[in-house]
Amino acid sequence: MSIKILLDKCTGCTLCVKACPFAAISMIDRPTAAPGRSKKIALINLDACTLCGACVPSCKFDSIELKKELGSAGTDLSAYRGVWVFAEQREGKVQSVAYELLTEGRRLAADLKTELSAVLCGDPDIEEEVDHLFSYGADKVYLIVHAELKHYHTAPYTRAIAEVITKFKPEIMLLGATTLGRDLAARLAVRVGAGLTADCTGLAIENRLLQQTRPAFGGNIMATIQTPKHRPQMATVRPKVFKKIKLQDPKPRTDANTIRFKPVINEEDLAVKLLQVVKDESVKINLAEAEIIVSGGRGLGEAKNFHLVEELAQALGGAVGASRATVDAGWISAHHQVGQTGKTVAPKLYIACGISGKIQHLVGMQGSDTIVAINKDPDAPIFKVASYGIVGDLFEYLPLLTKKVKELRG
Amino acid sequence: MDIIVCIKQVPDTTEVRINPETNTLVREGVPSIINPFDENAVEAALQLKEQCGGTVTVITMGPPQASEALRSTIGMGADETILISDRAFAGSDTWATSYTLSQAIRKIGKFDLILCGKQAIDGDTAQVGPGIAEWLGIPQVTFVTKIEVTGATLRLERLLEEVNEVVEAPMPAVITVVKQINEPRLPSLKGMMRAKKAEIKNFTAQDIAADPKNIGLNGSPTSVVKIFSPPPKGGGQILKGEPEEIVDNLLSKIKERKII
Repeated sequence: MSIKILLDKCTGCTLCVKACPFAAISMIDRPTAAPGRSKKIALINLDACTLCGACVPSCKFDSIELKKELGSAGTDLSAYRGVWVFAEQREGKVQSVAYELLTEGRRLAADLKTELSAVLCGDPDIEEEVDHLFSYGADKVYLIVHAELKHYHTAPYTRAIAEVITKFKPEIMLLGATTLGRDLAARLAVRVGAGLTADCTGLAIENRLLQQTRPAFGGNIMATIQTPKHRPQMATVRPKVFKKIKLQDPKPRTDANTIRFKPVINEEDLAVKLLQVVKDESVKINLAEAEIIVSGGRGLGEAKNFHLVEELAQALGGAVGASRATVDAGWISAHHQVGQTGKTVAPKLYIACGISGKIQHLVGMQGSDTIVAINKDPDAPIFKVASYGIVGDLFEYLPLLTKKVKELRG
Repeated sequence: MDIIVCIKQVPDTTEVRINPETNTLVREGVPSIINPFDENAVEAALQLKEQCGGTVTVITMGPPQASEALRSTIGMGADETILISDRAFAGSDTWATSYTLSQAIRKIGKFDLILCGKQAIDGDTAQVGPGIAEWLGIPQVTFVTKIEVTGATLRLERLLEEVNEVVEAPMPAVITVVKQINEPRLPSLKGMMRAKKAEIKNFTAQDIAADPKNIGLNGSPTSVVKIFSPPPKGGGQILKGEPEEIVDNLLSKIKERKII
C-alpha cells in the first residue's frame, strides 16, 4: 500500500490540504523549480497519513495516487451467492428493522439476480413469525431453533449464525444497527472473516459489489465503503432508514424454502447470563415505533421544564425525545436520546423544541416525514431541515400548542 | 485486578466543518482529543482499581502523536501506557484494528478485564471492542452503564434502546462502556507532573508478532472508495404572525397532512 503526490500533475492548489481529515498534508516548495509549474506542491506526512483516501477525490488534477496491493484473501468470491437479512427478534417478535431490511434486500437481490433470505433465531415458539418474513419479501428462511436462542446473547447467536454462513455462503448479510445488531455483527464479522460496515444509510450494487454509504465524523461527511475480496459483505443499517413494504403476492411457506437448522451450542457459549431486565418508567411510548415525537433540547433551560415537552407529547399521543445535551445534563434518561449516539427515528411528525440541530442530532431525525422546529435563534441549523419553523420562545409556544391540540382532539 | 483500557485519539468531530465553497473538510485548528467514551472507560478502570487494587494499563494504536492521548491518561492515574505504532498498521479498518489490539494484549499477557468506549466519535462503528473479544476468544458485554465486581464475577448493567439489562459475566471479558457510566476525572496536578516524565512504551508490528496479512490496509476487508459532503438541506417554511395565528396555521398544516 502506498500513497504519493505525482509532482508533474500537482498544481499547488491546496484542496487536498483542506480535505485531509488528519492534517497530514502540507505545502512545500517544489524541490526542483520547473518552468510553467507551480512553486508550491503538496507533501504527505506519512506518519500522520492513515491512507483513508479522503484526499484522492478532492484533487481536481488526479495528482494523488493511492495504491492498494492486490489482497491475498484467496476467497473464491463466486462461491458466495444470495442476500441475507438477520431477522432480529425481541421477546419473540421480529423487529421492524428486519422488515425494512428485507424490503431493501429485495431490491439488492433483484439487482444481483439472486435470492433473498432471512435468518431467524429463537426458541421453538419463534416459528410463528416465519410467515411475516415471507410477506416482506424473503424467498427463503433459515430457521435456527434452540432453547438457548430465545433471548439474544452474543456467544450462542454468533456460534449458530457463523455455522450457517460458513455452510451456505451468502454474498451479503444485512443486520439492523441496533444495540443487538451491532453487538452481534462485530463479533460475527471477525469470526467468519467478513468485511463489516457500520450504520449504513444507503446501499447500492455496482459491479456485483455492495456500495455501503454511511455518515462519518459525526455526520459531517459521508463515506462510501466496499468489501472487495472478503465474503460475506456485512453491513449494519440504521432502523427507519428504509421503509418496509409488504408484498402483494408473497411466496407461500413450504418445507423447501424454510430451512431448519439446529445449532450445537457449547457450555462456554453460555458464560454470560441475563439476570434481569430493568424497564424505564419514563418511557411511555417507544421512540422507535412512535408516529409522533416531541423532543426537547437545551433551550428548555433546566430539567424541570421538560414537562412542557411531555405534555405536548401526551396531548398528541406521541413519544418524548431528547437531544444529547439534555441527556448528558441528566435532565432525562438516555433511552430518550435521538441522534448519532442515540436512536435514529423517522416518525410522521417530529417536533424539535429548543434544539439547535447539530449535525449529530440531525442524522438521527432528518428522515421524519414532517419536521416542526421551535427555536428562538433564527439561524439555528434545525430550521434547515424543518418543514415548518417557528422562531420564538418555546415557553410561550409549547403551552399554547398543547392547549390547542387538546381542544382539537377533544 | 489487572485492567487494560483501549483508547483512540480522534479529531474533535463536533468541530469538523465543511467549507461550503470548496465542499471540503475544514480541519484547521481542530484539536485531537481522547475519544470521549474511552475517557469513561479509563475512569471506570481507575474506579475498579481503587476498589479492588491491581493495575491499569492504557493502550492505543495510532500514529506517534497519539502518545499525547496516552500521556493524559497517566495524568488521570493510569499506571502504564503503550503506543502500538507502526507504518504497517496504516489504513486498518475495524477488523485489522481489533486484531492488532488483541495481539498487543496477548503480548502484555496478564489481564482480568479489558475496557473500551462503546464506539469512537469519528467512525462511530462500535465494532472494535467486540472484535478484540472475538480475537481473544473471551466474552464481551457491550453498552455497559454499571460495573460491579464480586469475586471473579462481574455484574453488569447494559443500556439498550428501551430498557436496561443486567447480566452476569465471568472474567476475563471485554466490556464497552457508555457515557452514563461515570464522569471522567480531570488529570490531577501530580498526575500531570508524572505524565510529563512518564515513559510511553512502544510496540511495533514485530513486537506483537502481527501476521502481515491481518494488519493495515492489506489486512482490512473494507475500503473507503468515496468521501463526500452530505447533500445540503433545503429548509422549509418559517411561520410568521402572532403566536395564536402561527399555532393555528401549524395545526391546520399538520391536519392537512393527516397526521392528527
